[in-house]
Amino acid sequence: MPIDRAEVERIAELARLEIPPEAIERTAAQLSEVLDFVASLSRLELDRLGPTQFAPVEAPLREDELDSRRLAPETALAAAPEAEGGFFLVPPIVENVSP
Amino acid sequence: MSAAEAWRLSAASLADGVRAGSIGYQEAIESGWEGPAARWEPDVHAVVHADPEVRRRGAAGSNGGPLAGVPVLVKDNLCTMDYPTTCGSRILGGYRPPYDATVVARLREAGAVITGKGNMDEFAMGSSTEYSCYGPTRNPYDLERVPGGSSGGPAAAVAYGLCPIGLGSDTGGSVRQPAAFCGVFGLKPTYGRLSRYGLVAFGSSLDQVGIFARHAGDVALAYAALAGPDPFDATTRLGPAPGVSDWDRGVRGLTFGWPANLWKEGVDPEVVGALEQAAACLERCGARRSPLDFLPGEYAVATYYLVATAEASSNLARFDGVRYGFRHPESDDVRALYTRTRSAGFGPEVQRRILLGTYALSAGYYDAYYLTAQRARTRIRREYEAAFARCDFMLMPAAPSLPFRLGEKTDDPLEMYLSDIFTLGANLAGIPGLTVPLDLSAAGLPRAVQLLGPEDSEPLLLGAARVIEVRGEETRLGRDHLTEFAWPTKR
Amino acid sequence: MAYEAVIGLECHIQLGTRSKMFCGCPAEFGAEPNSNVCPVCLGLPGALPRANRAAIDAAIRLGLALGSEIRGESVFARKNYFYPDMPKNYQITQYERPLCEGGALPVTVDGEERSFALVRVHAEEDTGKSFHPERHGDRRVSRVDFNRAGVPLLELVTRPVFRAPVECGAFLTALRRLVRWLGISGGDMEKGQLRCDANVSLRPAGSEPLGTKTEIKNLNSIGGVMKGLAAEIERQRRVLEQGGAIEQATLLYDADREVLAVMRSKESAHDYRYFPEPDLPVLVVDEAWLAEARRRLPELPWTRAARFASEYGLPPYDAGVLTEQRDLADYYEACAREVDEKLASNWLMTEVLRVLKDRGWTLAEWSERVPPGRLVELLKKVAAKELPGPLAKQVFGWMVEEPGGTGELLDRHGVRVQATPEELRPLVRAVLAENPGPVRQYLGGKSATLGFLVGQVMKKSGGQAAPQVVQELLREELEGARRGC
Repeated sequence: MPIDRAEVERIAELARLEIPPEAIERTAAQLSEVLDFVASLSRLELDRLGPTQFAPVEAPLREDELDSRRLAPETALAAAPEAEGGFFLVPPIVENVSP
Repeated sequence: MSAAEAWRLSAASLADGVRAGSIGYQEAIESGWEGPAARWEPDVHAVVHADPEVRRRGAAGSNGGPLAGVPVLVKDNLCTMDYPTTCGSRILGGYRPPYDATVVARLREAGAVITGKGNMDEFAMGSSTEYSCYGPTRNPYDLERVPGGSSGGPAAAVAYGLCPIGLGSDTGGSVRQPAAFCGVFGLKPTYGRLSRYGLVAFGSSLDQVGIFARHAGDVALAYAALAGPDPFDATTRLGPAPGVSDWDRGVRGLTFGWPANLWKEGVDPEVVGALEQAAACLERCGARRSPLDFLPGEYAVATYYLVATAEASSNLARFDGVRYGFRHPESDDVRALYTRTRSAGFGPEVQRRILLGTYALSAGYYDAYYLTAQRARTRIRREYEAAFARCDFMLMPAAPSLPFRLGEKTDDPLEMYLSDIFTLGANLAGIPGLTVPLDLSAAGLPRAVQLLGPEDSEPLLLGAARVIEVRGEETRLGRDHLTEFAWPTKR
Repeated sequence: MAYEAVIGLECHIQLGTRSKMFCGCPAEFGAEPNSNVCPVCLGLPGALPRANRAAIDAAIRLGLALGSEIRGESVFARKNYFYPDMPKNYQITQYERPLCEGGALPVTVDGEERSFALVRVHAEEDTGKSFHPERHGDRRVSRVDFNRAGVPLLELVTRPVFRAPVECGAFLTALRRLVRWLGISGGDMEKGQLRCDANVSLRPAGSEPLGTKTEIKNLNSIGGVMKGLAAEIERQRRVLEQGGAIEQATLLYDADREVLAVMRSKESAHDYRYFPEPDLPVLVVDEAWLAEARRRLPELPWTRAARFASEYGLPPYDAGVLTEQRDLADYYEACAREVDEKLASNWLMTEVLRVLKDRGWTLAEWSERVPPGRLVELLKKVAAKELPGPLAKQVFGWMVEEPGGTGELLDRHGVRVQATPEELRPLVRAVLAENPGPVRQYLGGKSATLGFLVGQVMKKSGGQAAPQVVQELLREELEGARRGC
């Protein structure tokens, strides 16, 4: 089983997810089952292969011009759970600074 | 035919009638709602956002383009300004985008009207449309069974007759597998042919907008309206998409690959029977069968679940309760806001995949998982290239089984993942795949096959599908005459 | 024990493009909050990036200027971390295969020519801005503005090549000059157009292995960089001298209070999970683009300074001052082509730069009033000794305020230069008569005395005599006297 409780907690923190204590064991087991399965890839001869590169297209870059997609501030803020005075509002950002 | 029966028409005939003035725009849009939806929608639950007033405005604003007056149900992960776009997720509850996806804009330019938003597995993660915050969609052929997924809503709606065309998204088979389960055509185009701008991303390098229709010709019609480069999507291919105007050219002289090793075990005999039947059709019409040995599908499943979840873990990071969607009300600081919002907003399968993808990218595991998967992806692409050096297209199951029962696979993620074993290769390789419905099984469930071809072979695949479609008329009544379209029997 | 500091810098240069890095929103500064945003830079679901050619071009030009290797194929990557000013909760940057690798920046430190080696330069996107928590009813909130999100940045990373804060200060000064020279950025640290983080560690002097490093963020002026580094070096030295160990940490420098604060974060916070950005194709820069970028590359400041020294015979200091800004160097060269190079240099460095400083003008504002041709006309008269020095400076003063050529200005102010022998001969004769001693000395072979006599004539003329004519008349009269002896 490649993933244990501590590993689930570490990943969950990175992903900003909270796994209820009673579900950690089950999550670890489910993830481990999938990882055991994907370990089958080690049976393929991959040594000389490079990773797939995304979208290998000769796409031209964007010219440095303004376009029409810009939103009015009220539209930009319309879906915000909380906004005021043109700003998005969030609970305090705690930097965790100690002098 | 009376205008009330307009829903029976193919999109092509409907648009013809609308342009000729024999069918009104409003009637063209409402017919599917008044007839089949009144009967089926309460049970099937294919639609998650609909609004008669928005439809009325849409019909009033339609034009005489190639899809004049054609209603289209669009999967709930394609951005629409006039309907919510929520990806079947609580975390996007009520969200209305301030812009249309490029494919949605192109539908409107072609005269089509968005008739509503179709149900889906949350963030397109699933193969049964059971993982939706709005509850599951059911298969119109058997309400105890799933319509497939993740684009189960549009697939089921096209099948029961709400609209002749639906749009889904296909990251690992999410258009082709539900098309097979619901007995309709389902095309996943070549990667980069349909713009992804406005498609809420799952696995960016795999995602492609796909088309549902009841006729091969309607798939071609929609493809012609949608395909082509988009300046807002850097991964769209330059140059015009392959022309589909002369797609109906038969299969004489073509060779199709027959990778029979893939269905030696673990595949429903009904599915194998459908393959034999389709192959016989193709051979009768002048195509040649070329048996070939293909890389077992387990490798594609393993590769896919690492690449797709890794990309998803990053793509879904933006759902954090700051700019849109759901926000958990009790958060003292911003870190708690993230964790609580995401834990309460995402369903269990989405969280599972985010965790898996985060793990595959995290320090110390990147090489072993993500990089290995990207190498395996190259290997799988080469496998397809080698196959297409020997044949023009391949015959493949669309799914290992006929539609399964609700709840049958929700407890076993790996089992669910394996139901995509025949479809996700096309996403890894970036090639087009087309599900072609054949007939009904003895139990009355749709049977279908999948055609895979090299990049930009959509016209060829549609031509081959047409052959199977026409031959299929021997066993199913008049697929190209929806006036005789066989409604699924309500159980 | 003596310790040696080892410092590496990570600089961010905000580009002055019209549009943002990955969308067509204005990259300008100072708009209403959340008004320069679109689905892309706001990270809305479904939006996709597309790279700005001008930003990539700026990175290429900076790379070429620094002698970096420019990759024909480079890869954008996602750097994943959660922060409220980061719309997508990942930043599109480059990681494993950056656009520019290697290279070095030539820098003069305390009059010595040095060169500081680089690791890489690449293009990426800026974040939005979040503000310090403030009261909002019965709780506290932070405000977030995404106007800056997606503005193009170049990231430049040096090798750990610095040994002292003063080297870092000189490096940043030179980098600021270079980005301005290339016209890619305003380079103003106070405006956040140039930002700097520093990695610093100490090791026993002369030893090879590196010590544990700390990272200092928030260094937003060149002075702040030097002070912040000095404070951190001092702190680490004290810890080590007391037998302690340095803990890996991120520090924030508070420029107002001149103190460092430690940001504590959990270890996993730094797992950025980089992977290639699947929404963007491989960035292809072909030979044609490179060749064309090379053609557009101006002569670089350090090359130009060297040429000023060799071609115009300027002292290294003057050459350095005149190449601090590209338009100043251009202005100088426009003058130096027409008049004596040293004279032009002296006038620019003293008179022109003083006016710029006093009035707070840019060189462009100066050139608008006094284009090189206008100054050249004046300097030519000075060089030909047709204008006495003090009068030339007076004309220069008028030039700043009023239009018109040198002659016109003299006329307008009623000054007439006495330039004909007829006007000046009586003055010359009077001076010779009044100064028999110096005249004797001259005739005795001490020709340097001539300068004194010229000065006396100038004084008598009230500073309005043309020195060249005075000199000729004096010689004529004195040679006549010699023959007459």
